[in-house]
Amino acid sequence: MLMTGAEMVVKTLEKNGVKVVFGYPGAANCPIIDRLSFSPIKHILTRNEQGAAHMASGYARVTKQPGVCTATSGPGATNLITGIATAYMDSVPMVALTGQVATPLIGKDAFQEVDITGATLPFTKHSYLIKNGLDIPKVVNEAFHIAGTGRPGPVLIDFPMDLLKQTFDYPDEDAEINIRGYKLPAKANETQIKKVADAVKNAKKPVILAGGGITISDAVEEFRKFVKMTNIPVVSTMMGIGCLPSDDALYYGMIGSHGAKRANMIFNRADIVIAMGSRLGDRSVAHVKGLEDGNKLIHIDIDPAEIGKNVQPYIPVVGDIKNVLEQLTPLMADYKAADPWIAEADELRARFTHEPFSGDSGFVNPKYFLKVLSEKADPDAYISTEVGQNQIWVANAFNIRHPRALITSGGFGTMGYGLPAAIGASKASGKTVFAVMGDGSFQMDLPEMGTMCQWDIPVKMIVFKNDRLGMVHEHQYLLYKSNYQAVSIEGSPNFNILADAYGIKNGYVSENSGVAAAIDEMLKDKESYLLVVNVNPYEPTGDTLNEAALPKPKKEDK
Amino acid sequence: MERYTLSVLVENHAGVLSRVVGLFSRRGFNIHSLSVGTTQDENISRITIEVNGDALMVEQVSKQLSKIMEVIKIKTLREGEMVKRGLVLVKVKVSPKTRSEVIEITNVFRAKIVDISPGTLTIELTGHDKKIGAFIDIIEQYGIEEIAQTGMTALERGSNTLKLDK
Repeated sequence: MLMTGAEMVVKTLEKNGVKVVFGYPGAANCPIIDRLSFSPIKHILTRNEQGAAHMASGYARVTKQPGVCTATSGPGATNLITGIATAYMDSVPMVALTGQVATPLIGKDAFQEVDITGATLPFTKHSYLIKNGLDIPKVVNEAFHIAGTGRPGPVLIDFPMDLLKQTFDYPDEDAEINIRGYKLPAKANETQIKKVADAVKNAKKPVILAGGGITISDAVEEFRKFVKMTNIPVVSTMMGIGCLPSDDALYYGMIGSHGAKRANMIFNRADIVIAMGSRLGDRSVAHVKGLEDGNKLIHIDIDPAEIGKNVQPYIPVVGDIKNVLEQLTPLMADYKAADPWIAEADELRARFTHEPFSGDSGFVNPKYFLKVLSEKADPDAYISTEVGQNQIWVANAFNIRHPRALITSGGFGTMGYGLPAAIGASKASGKTVFAVMGDGSFQMDLPEMGTMCQWDIPVKMIVFKNDRLGMVHEHQYLLYKSNYQAVSIEGSPNFNILADAYGIKNGYVSENSGVAAAIDEMLKDKESYLLVVNVNPYEPTGDTLNEAALPKPKKEDK
Repeated sequence: MERYTLSVLVENHAGVLSRVVGLFSRRGFNIHSLSVGTTQDENISRITIEVNGDALMVEQVSKQLSKIMEVIKIKTLREGEMVKRGLVLVKVKVSPKTRSEVIEITNVFRAKIVDISPGTLTIELTGHDKKIGAFIDIIEQYGIEEIAQTGMTALERGSNTLKLDK
């Protein structure tokens, strides 16, 4: 059948079940945008290509399917980069379609030309530059296969615009996908699984470190069953939050530099750590030696390269966590973690869990706010965060009840992620989606409120306003002798008036006593809402780095 | 630090080499030498990489390389279980007095003279890097004008091959 390159792109997107493409047009990707208008696939115009990439990422986290974004050549493509890198670090499936200058112009520094496959090479799972138009269906199919299977990740396809416009004789049947260099892990090694079972049974203080891989491999059900059966205490990385509900009796919180003190203590006291689907990144595990000594670490991951990259394990297991749990569960059927260990963990929880301050002080306590929001939110709601104090507050204080509920940039730590990711998640789920932001990060992708309005995609925006880049402010307090530099963001607009300008309903709250009513007002209907929450600039981030509150504000400090 | 030799079969596509080399610099691994060429299957190239490091690092290099879509197969070859060869071209300064000495050394190393001019000899030598090193050490006294050297390339000894998975 005769088709243009762009028609082949859109047809193959349809075959791969794509329903939404987030994007921004330009001359080079215009052929795709043009053909999308004749397809049931909906194109959501964003306000910046970076927003399109983050929206595709939020969309993918909810649907488990690769999110799709598109941008034109040159600056359009480079604007996608932060979103692609963010997806790469959190193993989010994504397919990015970029337009490229016409084939004869490649390498000539043509207008809006950039080597985007070269630029994104370090942080894409794979990338393609189309050289022959007839390859388009095969490449697009492969891209979806690679992005969505194994350890997921972003795949970029760069389409020279002449090939998008040219007509080709398109074969009726797609070629079968066969990438000989791409191996998906088979079942995990039985001997290793047996070793794991023996080691856990012989341990006095086992703990499970739940990572994002559990959710990604869709193994949450198996995981929860395993935990319930074995009674092993669970701590998590940031990406692992939600594998158990935050209020589960066996969940003790997030570990790491911004984790809960109780979780870190339990993690450190364990004599066997079963890390499932985690990179053991530097923000989670700072004292590598402590894990390597004493034959403590069982490391289970789908990506063999993660095993031994950061920490040398005692027992390595390569496998998809879903398969591994299916293999391991029968071997552990007669096992229950010892009561004294559970009692010890519970004692630590009791000792290091504090009710958030809920009195009036002229500011809202964000931890109290998130506790109240947890109580009032739908159990199936999603919550996205930006990066900074807001992220840590949500990770530690919001009750995450379902595995994909928390949408956050864990590995890359991308400010400007939360708002567009929430838009993507809202489009994907149709459920309530909260975007929790600081007033700094909100302003990074704030124009995407226009996308929200144009396409009628509701998001409940919560801005913790402290007129500061709060986490850096705290960093400068702790490490730079309170020399506060480049952290005041005075000059920001009145966010309520701004919301009015977009026609978005909004509210403001500055006392704990007003929190419940403000949340009720926000949740009254399904529409977008912006709630500005006045927070003390000296509010501490967490309880591990700094148990004590920061000092009271000084007058001269701005 | 030890020297390891990795034999890597890759798809013979444009851009594969930059993926492989980029990975080394990005992850802080050091390439000592590298050579590339096609194999009996024109769709497949073999990259031979010499890496300096320890066993854990080489394992990590190998695992990271495996993640590249175009990398089909990798094997770390052991010293003693492979034949490893490189090629060097050396242009040496000679005078009528020293010419015959240089020719003699060339013969001892079973190297070849491939070009001659009134003031120079260009010598081609194939061999293990230790042999090449020894030759350069001894010829240095005559004055080396230029050296061009390839990376090492290697094959397993015996009937073992780097087979593709079916």
